[in-house]
Amino acid sequence: MISVRNLVKSFGAFTAVNDVSFDVGEGEIFAFLGPNGAGKTTTIKMLTTLLKPSSGTIELDGLDPQTKQNEARKRFGIVFQDPSLDGDMTAWENMEIHGVLYHVPHKLRRQRIEELMKLFELWDRKGEQVKKFSGGMKRRLEIARGFLHTPRILFLDEPTLGLDPQSRNQLWTHVKRLNETEKVTVFLTTHYMDEADRVAHRIGVIDRGKLVAQGTPKEIKEQTATESLEDAFLKLTGSTIRDESAGSADQMRQFARMWSGGKR
Amino acid sequence: MSAIYVLWLRELKRYLRSRVQLVASLGQPMLYLLVLGFGMGPVFQRAGNGSYLQFVAPGVIGMTVLFSSIFSGLGLLWDRQFGFLKETLVAPVPRLQIMIGRTLGGATVAVMQGLLVSIVCILVGFRPAHMALVPLALVFMILIATVFSALGVAIGSSLQDMQGFQLIMNFLVMPIFFLSGALFPLAGLPVALGLATRIDPLSYGIDGMRSVLLGQAFYGAPTDLLVLVVLAMMLLVFGAYRFSKIEV
Repeated sequence: MISVRNLVKSFGAFTAVNDVSFDVGEGEIFAFLGPNGAGKTTTIKMLTTLLKPSSGTIELDGLDPQTKQNEARKRFGIVFQDPSLDGDMTAWENMEIHGVLYHVPHKLRRQRIEELMKLFELWDRKGEQVKKFSGGMKRRLEIARGFLHTPRILFLDEPTLGLDPQSRNQLWTHVKRLNETEKVTVFLTTHYMDEADRVAHRIGVIDRGKLVAQGTPKEIKEQTATESLEDAFLKLTGSTIRDESAGSADQMRQFARMWSGGKR
Repeated sequence: MSAIYVLWLRELKRYLRSRVQLVASLGQPMLYLLVLGFGMGPVFQRAGNGSYLQFVAPGVIGMTVLFSSIFSGLGLLWDRQFGFLKETLVAPVPRLQIMIGRTLGGATVAVMQGLLVSIVCILVGFRPAHMALVPLALVFMILIATVFSALGVAIGSSLQDMQGFQLIMNFLVMPIFFLSGALFPLAGLPVALGLATRIDPLSYGIDGMRSVLLGQAFYGAPTDLLVLVVLAMMLLVFGAYRFSKIEV
């Protein structure tokens, strides 16, 4: 479903993603793991047409996202690392806008919005502005939105960041169920190794832009002769802490926090 | 087309929902209209130019449309950081449609804001000279709104943070306002100032409004119309180009 060959992305002298190749089969849940700044988000951005690769090829459901941009976009849904909802709009309106942008026909759109919002337990709050929602509810809404246009592939970039164990657990239950019922291929990144171990069929570990290991959770543990995925991860990527420099997005977020009284 | 409509509708709903912002954005025009309008009145009268309130009202309406439209374009900066921009950029919709939806939405909001201030102007005593020409003032409002929404989107596409926003505010938006002749007549200015007002797009918008509302024109309504239409088209193309280059 996803096929990546010799993917490279460099920003000036810095190579964020360096010669990465992997395949994800149809209906598979693939976890992409790596320390901060390893190149996970950059890879997702290239897969989802937001960034142009420096070199290498990508195929999504047999399509090159570079040349068949809009065709490819119809085939995937994405939940970004940062929230991407419109806080001034209601939950239902966020879904509706998405449905229109993805050309989901009117009747089907209404029906699927209701279905998904009920599944993610948001239907009772459909008329409320999203800015009043908790972090977990916003995440659920984003994932529900990602499924709205029945994508073949769903990208989840650290979807459980900042959520409590209850919300995380519920979220993965929903994702797994939809993976089974709608046969959606799921490509996710996370920092929680237990989640990856539990949810993913296969795992790829990336570090400093290079893919350092690939396989089922069991295979990876065996390769590294470790008991848990966490230990395997540390063995593969070392235990030094990676500091990312704060980008303009982080500064803006700080600014907004200042103004909204720390509510975000 | 439905993408343009839904994004246009979004801008409109956001405007109607943020009542605080709606009221707050009326504050500044009110100051100019009431304090300057009545404060400068006697001096203006003695200089033999008639009522200052009459003179400044089209300027204040133009100013409102300017601020409102350019801010809606710069609102891209917020969407960029608080996420909604990405949601639209990965959607299977040409970027041109997204840009047009936003620009039209911002322009519509700006025109509504301008109409609101027009009503206040009439309430405090502004009287158009020719009632029949009042609809033409709306045409000029729409043109001003389109020009500056497109400019706002073009700039907003390349802005990364709040510092940049301040820069634009102080070195672009305020000069556009002050050089537009919103507050003073364009005739008989020193050469340098006269030149600066001639390259300010808003001066054509305000001149156009004065010419249809008061029958006083400096460039003349046909020139104003031509300049604004050409500029609006150029800025739409430029804004669309800048928007297509956004990488997040």
